[in-house]
Amino acid sequence: MKAFAELYAELDATTSSNAKLAAMQDYFSKAPPEDAAWAVYFLSGGRPRQLVPVKILRDLAVQVCGLSLWLFEESYQAVGDLAETISLVLPESPRSSDEGLAPWVEEKLLPLRGESPEVLAERLPALWAQLDRPSLMLCIKLITGSFRVGVSKLLVTRALASMAGLDSKRVAQRLVGYTDLSHRPTAASYLKLIAAESDDEHAQRGGQPYPFFLAHGLSAPVAQFDALLGPASDWQVEWKWDGIRAQVIKRDDHLWVWSRGEDLVTERFPELHSLAQALPDGTVIDGEIVVWKAPQSVTEDAFDPDAPLQPAVQPFALLQQRIGRKTLGKKILDDAPVVVMAYDLLEWQGEDWRSRPQAERREQLEALIARIHSPVLLPSPIVTGQDWLDLARQREASRSLGVEGMMLKARNALYGVGRTKDMGVWWKWKIDPFSVDAVLIYAQRGHGRRASLYSDYTFAVWDNPPGSRERTLVPFAKAYSGLTDAEMRQVDSIVRKTTVEKFGPVSSVTPTLVFELGFEGIALSKRHKSGIAVRFPRMLRWRQDKSVDEADTLATLQDLLK
Amino acid sequence: MDLVIARPEGLYCPPGDFYIDPWRAVERSVITHAHGDHARSGNQHYLAAAPGEGILRSRLGQDINLQTLPYGERLQHHGVTLSFHPAGHVLGSAQVRLEYQGEVWVASGDYKVEPDGTCAPFEPVKCHTFITESTFGLPIYRWQPQAQIFEEINQWWRANIAAGRASVLFCYSFGKAQRILHGIDESLGPILAHGAVEPLNRVYREAGVHLPPTLYAGDFKKNDPIMGQALVIAPPSAGGSSWMRRFGDYSDAFASGWMRLRGTRRRRGVDRGFVLSDHADWPGLLWAIEQTGAERVMVTHGSVAVLVRHLCEQGLDAQGFTTEYGDDEEDLATAVDSGEAAS
Repeated sequence: MKAFAELYAELDATTSSNAKLAAMQDYFSKAPPEDAAWAVYFLSGGRPRQLVPVKILRDLAVQVCGLSLWLFEESYQAVGDLAETISLVLPESPRSSDEGLAPWVEEKLLPLRGESPEVLAERLPALWAQLDRPSLMLCIKLITGSFRVGVSKLLVTRALASMAGLDSKRVAQRLVGYTDLSHRPTAASYLKLIAAESDDEHAQRGGQPYPFFLAHGLSAPVAQFDALLGPASDWQVEWKWDGIRAQVIKRDDHLWVWSRGEDLVTERFPELHSLAQALPDGTVIDGEIVVWKAPQSVTEDAFDPDAPLQPAVQPFALLQQRIGRKTLGKKILDDAPVVVMAYDLLEWQGEDWRSRPQAERREQLEALIARIHSPVLLPSPIVTGQDWLDLARQREASRSLGVEGMMLKARNALYGVGRTKDMGVWWKWKIDPFSVDAVLIYAQRGHGRRASLYSDYTFAVWDNPPGSRERTLVPFAKAYSGLTDAEMRQVDSIVRKTTVEKFGPVSSVTPTLVFELGFEGIALSKRHKSGIAVRFPRMLRWRQDKSVDEADTLATLQDLLK
Repeated sequence: MDLVIARPEGLYCPPGDFYIDPWRAVERSVITHAHGDHARSGNQHYLAAAPGEGILRSRLGQDINLQTLPYGERLQHHGVTLSFHPAGHVLGSAQVRLEYQGEVWVASGDYKVEPDGTCAPFEPVKCHTFITESTFGLPIYRWQPQAQIFEEINQWWRANIAAGRASVLFCYSFGKAQRILHGIDESLGPILAHGAVEPLNRVYREAGVHLPPTLYAGDFKKNDPIMGQALVIAPPSAGGSSWMRRFGDYSDAFASGWMRLRGTRRRRGVDRGFVLSDHADWPGLLWAIEQTGAERVMVTHGSVAVLVRHLCEQGLDAQGFTTEYGDDEEDLATAVDSGEAAS
């Protein structure tokens, strides 16, 4: 535990990728494989389900440290992180356990799950007393599932690869699914990650997916496209779907569906199970899961009510409702049926096709889809245009088509690993976000790097147009990203000066600040006071030139819904 | 009667007709220590503890109308008996003891309870009413013994020497810088000081405090081989400035009590944060308050509301004093970014 806590402290202390790489390599080269197995798991984002309810953890900590509850709360507000707060207020332990990460996780922490409050009250303080402060904070983070440190999966992959003398793409491939809940890291699974290459490795086993190839954002003006990208004819252009990126795998008579978060989601999408019969063994398809159906409401200008409406992609909000459900009843399956918009073929007849050119993969994919003719496997259509300008014009229809813009894939590109550019490039050419000018009405102190700064804001628009006799601000979105550190400090100090009332960590303020808020999608919602839910809201600009009265109204938002 | 009340100009002693650390210009001022938020220019008359004279004059001007008094010595003014007692915060820092008609008040300014060898150690003074700061008035603030922190700094410096890069340590130039110079292992390598630190070093040396020899950082050019060995002491405001370019590849660190929190440490964006403060930590505040035997406690700058509530729960009569020391409660934590807050 101590060695892992030291690694965590080192990773946390630096912003340099090279220093992080060096720290990880050093750790991996010294740690016993069973400890390294868990370290890889946590560093690449693995999180066991919560082991102890937060309330019990907090109450026990308050009891052990002997502080009044309010004083503990004040401390928590200043720190902005529960695990850190607990580690700061508990008595410092003179001892520190040298036992490894694996015995800690397997013998001490995992068995805590489901224990009664009485047993926890006995065991937890005894565990805490064995750890120095950095190890204690880490231990609590592992217990609450809030372990996070600034390393990407790619960086972990690189550290392992360079230590083991392997190609990092190979390690990335072996790592896929490593953090899935069904997988428990062991010395053997770790040794497999860093083992020397074997000849039959290209033959994927079981339901193992390939690492996803990720796209880069493209924001240059279209006039520069010829210079930047070459002629449009070199590119395969598709719509950018707003759904769940997924790999559909059919091997050994079984079907697996993996999401981009590397979660196995086969059970979440029963309508795709028919693909188990339809697809031949040794097939892996990359695509997007979207809700696909005919729109329900008959619009007023539909002259012929009997004309069948064409099925089309539905807003992500609908898919999201379904993801949130524990059980998938008939109603939700009827309301939000999904299909796979297939756009790539990674494995065909048991052979890894990722190093074949895009165009060749696409051709085979289309042939396959045409052959099996499944209602849940559709080809993501190719968009053709004379040149970039023509494509840019077509892209303007994105919103009405329910897509986020276009994807540009080099025809000769191979299928890369992660967000790399060495094998060819995928660009996402997204449309500009929706935007409105909104008023900041509540602010909350942030966490982590932003602890004790007011950094999380709630925004509102007016319910009536300017000049109305009476109008109020209706909250509709929360946002916390998009400002520079300097701007955030400025906003923080204004919030402090204009605070009207405090509700715990939240302050209501006299409305004085206007921001241009951007978001990707907008939908009706019964759960929000404004009747509207927006997707990925963030601050695009601080409108210091605008007064609160000039902010947008609810009607502006409703117009965007059309 | 109350010997000290809060007025718009500062903390005021009505029977004595003088102010303690006023933030607006007044006729008579009593100064606890020379940090900018406590000692301001423009007063007609200054009274301070004798060991603070050098610093006060170097900061406020050689020609200020300053009267000094050795620690422990008493002075009568309008029937008020006044004396200074060490606060252990920085060189010359003092608590002000006021006695009038059998009533004793102590205004402590800023204080630290762990002795550090660069100034007279904190001395508890019995009183009826104690005026305390609360900069680190939350139970999350508990300091390690300074020897441990200096050892951490030494280790960091040593590792940087091994890697051939400069060690740039940011800290408040008055007090913290000299405390670090006094505490670190001077045998490890050369020590360079920023132009803001050097004049204060001089005053400390003149006061008989041992500081290792320091070189003026401005005398060295970029790529001077000395950089790979050197410890550089600089104020936080130097960070990110063009002044830093001369150090080439360097590791940076920040020494402050605020570094106790991961969030402030990361916001600072330095490689290392050393938790070293010239203020009392939470146990230090409570210990100091208890030692005075005071039944009434007036709390100034920092976590005023928290400390007041806690002391009231302990059965003391505690109240907050609004002052312009430090800054507002929470601003202090973020003010580290500007490098101006006391730390």
